[in-house]
Parts: sequence; structure tokens; C-alpha cells
Amino acid sequence: MQWVNTIVQGVLTGGLYAMFAAGLSLIFGVMRLVNIAHGDFIVLAAYLALVVTEALGIGPLPALLMVVPLMAAIGYALQRGLLNRTLGDDLLPPLLVTFGVSVIIQNGLLELFTADSRRLQAGAVEVATWQISQGLSVGLLPLLQFVAAVAVIGALQALFYRTAFGRAFRATSDDPAVAQLMGLDNRHVFGLAMALSLAVVGLAGVLLAVRSNFDPSIGPARLIFGFEAVIIGGLGNLWGTLAGGIVLGVAQAIGAQLDPGWQLLAGHFVFLAVLAVRPEGLFPRIRG
Amino acid sequence: MPDANGPTGPLLEVRDLAAFYGDFQALFGVSIAVGRGEVVAIIGANGAGKSTLLKSIAGLMPARRDAIMFDGAAIGDMPAHEVVARGIALVPEGRRLFASLTVEENLLIGGQLRRPGPWTLARVYALFPALAERRHLPSTALSGGQQQMVALGRALMANPKLLLCDEISLGLAPIIIRDIYARLPAIVAEGTSLVIVEQDIAQALAAASQVYCLQEGRVAFAGAARDATREAVAAAYFGE
Repeated sequence: MQWVNTIVQGVLTGGLYAMFAAGLSLIFGVMRLVNIAHGDFIVLAAYLALVVTEALGIGPLPALLMVVPLMAAIGYALQRGLLNRTLGDDLLPPLLVTFGVSVIIQNGLLELFTADSRRLQAGAVEVATWQISQGLSVGLLPLLQFVAAVAVIGALQALFYRTAFGRAFRATSDDPAVAQLMGLDNRHVFGLAMALSLAVVGLAGVLLAVRSNFDPSIGPARLIFGFEAVIIGGLGNLWGTLAGGIVLGVAQAIGAQLDPGWQLLAGHFVFLAVLAVRPEGLFPRIRG
Repeated sequence: MPDANGPTGPLLEVRDLAAFYGDFQALFGVSIAVGRGEVVAIIGANGAGKSTLLKSIAGLMPARRDAIMFDGAAIGDMPAHEVVARGIALVPEGRRLFASLTVEENLLIGGQLRRPGPWTLARVYALFPALAERRHLPSTALSGGQQQMVALGRALMANPKLLLCDEISLGLAPIIIRDIYARLPAIVAEGTSLVIVEQDIAQALAAASQVYCLQEGRVAFAGAARDATREAVAAAYFGE
């Protein structure tokens, strides 16, 4: 029963990893941009939520109504003002610039909030559990996070394959030059993609902040988890990304169960094993 | 600003257009005119600058502002997404369909600006019935000829006043080429002007009323298609 519990907790954590990954995968898919600052934006969203909850005296869930749109606006402005200038045939400039953004965010947060570990208080929901059977209980909060992750992946999938928005994203991804001939302004489409990516980051950041302690330095590790979930699941497949996040979460949970020091190691091992055996990921791109 | 080139003048006028790829100059002072409802053919050898000319008109290459006049406005420095909003659609060389979109999605994205006009999904399917039954297939699952029909349909969905066709016969069987060219009069009948870039000279001359021959980035021959004798074309094509 202990192992069932471990796996269930791993699955629930995996939902959060999938949310980290979804935004990363989205902008890579649309504009071939690897956002090194992705993890730091997650942390930035967590601090934004901290400021909003403390200043307005509201809970983390209502704070989402401010953090998510704010992160989306930051994303659009970042893309139009900075990242669009770095895009071209060469993959290196956007990589370097987002690396610089990562450094700026980390140090900016360190200046403003110090290196102290912080946490968002969510109240009673934090400790509420749902007893499934003897020895197996699921925290309401992790469960809500997982449901949110599935909802986000489902919503992104529907957006990509059922709406004019998604059509524009996929067309621009396929052939940016010809997409312009359809009347699509690439700079705007890229801006919207980054806005969407950071909106998901906003949600993920708040959920992370409620679940665990955070400080300005934890961004890069979230980036790695996101990367690993994308690669395990297979590039360009959102449901695969969810599966990748779950695989990573379960591997970490099992590792931690064996020895508390093996949590991250076990996750990296599974990632390397998938990369070695199935480099295209478990569920490579399917044509929608 | 309607001037001498207002609604009564030619629909498109290219004046003394130059185009560069880095340091390489591809077009030297090219001037052409396309009247309303007219079909103009542009012929020339490989590398003569035909595709560059179309890309410049469509806004994919930078150009001097007044080098391209369309419907009375200078559009030379406009980006491609604004040019198409004004009514110029390009069928790019090699079709360039969106591979992750279905046939119907390719057509829908062509019409995403919602310019008013005669062309709708239903009209495109009526023009190319083979596409209607394959509407939900990925565009990559179609034959070359059908893909070319999607590329044409996608451009028509923008309801252009001017349709630019870059080598629509490239890589297709002669019977398919004849089939596709047989649909062009239906497009012109809706009042759309056409510019056809072709390697297949006979095909181009048969479809067009005016012809321009480019040679090494310059206009080497310009005239009515019926005046383009084999000798005149050969001279313009190869330079003497």
C-alpha cells in the first residue's frame, strides 16, 4: 500500500511538471525558441502571487485572476520588445538572451525578496485530505493541482486543434514566411504564443508556491523538470507531455521512497533511459 | 492618394524595382504593369528573377516604397501581411502548404482576413471538387496536383484583386497542368487579375494577354502574348 501511495503522489506531482513543460513546449513548437528563463518565470509568478496575496489579503486562488493575466502581459511585452529581435536562422541569440533574462530575474528577486524561503498560505485546503482506503489518502491540494494540469493540457489541445488561434500557431510553426502571405503578422503571433506560455506559467507558479517552499534560486531546476517531461513525452504532443510529467513525477517519488537522496537522481535516470532507448520520446508527434 | 495611377490606371504598376539578397542584386530596374482583369505571364530562364519579382510584389522582399503601386497606393515597403490585406495573394513556388493543417484548415487560414469577395469554402470546393472529398485529410496526403489546387484555393480564399502564381505547373504531369490551367478562366471571370510565372512558355503564352521575359534581373522582352514569336522569346530568353 505504501508503494501505491508513492505512485499516486508521483502522478499528482507529475501534473505540475506537465504544466511547467506545456508552456516550454508551446513556444518551442511555434517559434523554435528555447526559453532558458522559463523556470525563473515560474518563480517570478510565485513571487507575484505572494505580493498580491499579502497586499490585498486574498487567497492564492483569487490571486490567480491577477497573476495569470499579468504574466500573459509580461509574455507579450517580452516577445514583442525583446525576443522577436533575436529570432532568425540562428538558434543561439534567443538562447543567450533568455539566459540573460534568467540571470536578471533571479538576481532581481534576490534583491527584492532576499534568499529567504517563502510559501503561499492557502488555508484549510492545504491540509484537507481524501481518505481512499486504509493507508492511501490523497491531499485535496495535490489533487486539485493535477486536475488543473489535465484541464490546462486539454484546453491547450483544444485551442491548438479546434480554433482559428491554434490554426495560426500551427501555420506559423510550419512555415513563417508563407504564414505572412495569409495575413498573419508573425511578431504578433509569436507575442500571443509567449503570452499563452507565460499564462500557463502563472498558473503553474501559483500552484507550485502553495505546494512547496520557494526562493529566487529554484527556477533552473523547474526548467530541467519541464525539459525532461517534454523529452520523455515526445516533442509536439501535449498529452504526451502530460504523460512525460507523470513518468518523471513517479520516478522521483519512487526514488525518494527508496532513499530520500535519490529523488532527483531517479528522475534524471529515467529521463536518460528514455533518451537512450526512445530519443523521439514515448509519444512522438501525432498529426491532429 | 489617387493620382494618375488611380482606379482608372493599371491595377499593379512596378516601377524601376531593384531587389537584393545580401550583396547579390537579383533585379535591376524592373518595370511591369498589370491591368484590371488582365492575365500577365512572366517567363525567363532559371535565376532570371521571376520568383524574386513576385516575392517583392507580395511584400516578402524589401522594396522602395513607390517601386510598387497597387490600386493607386504605394505598397513597396509594406510587410507581406498588410499587402495581402490590400488584395494581393501569392501562390508560392513549390506550393508550401501548411503540413500540420488539413486541406480545409489550409483553405480557412487563407481566408482568415475575411476580405469580402466571391470566394468561399463552397466556391473553392466547387472549382476543385477533388478537394471537397479530401477536406479532412492532412495536406501532405494529397497528390502533387491536388496540393497545387489547395495552394490556389488557399490564395483565392483571401479574395484577391491580384493573384500571383509562381510556377504552378512545376513537377506536375502534363495532363494535370492542363487541368489546373483550365480552371484559371473561372478565376479571371470573377474580376481577378493574374500574374503567372512559368517555365512552360507555351502554357504561359496561351493563358496570358501580356508577356514579360526576364533575363538576368532585367526585362528583356515586353509585349502582347500574340506578338511573342518564337524568335523574339528565344532572343529575350537566352540573350541573342
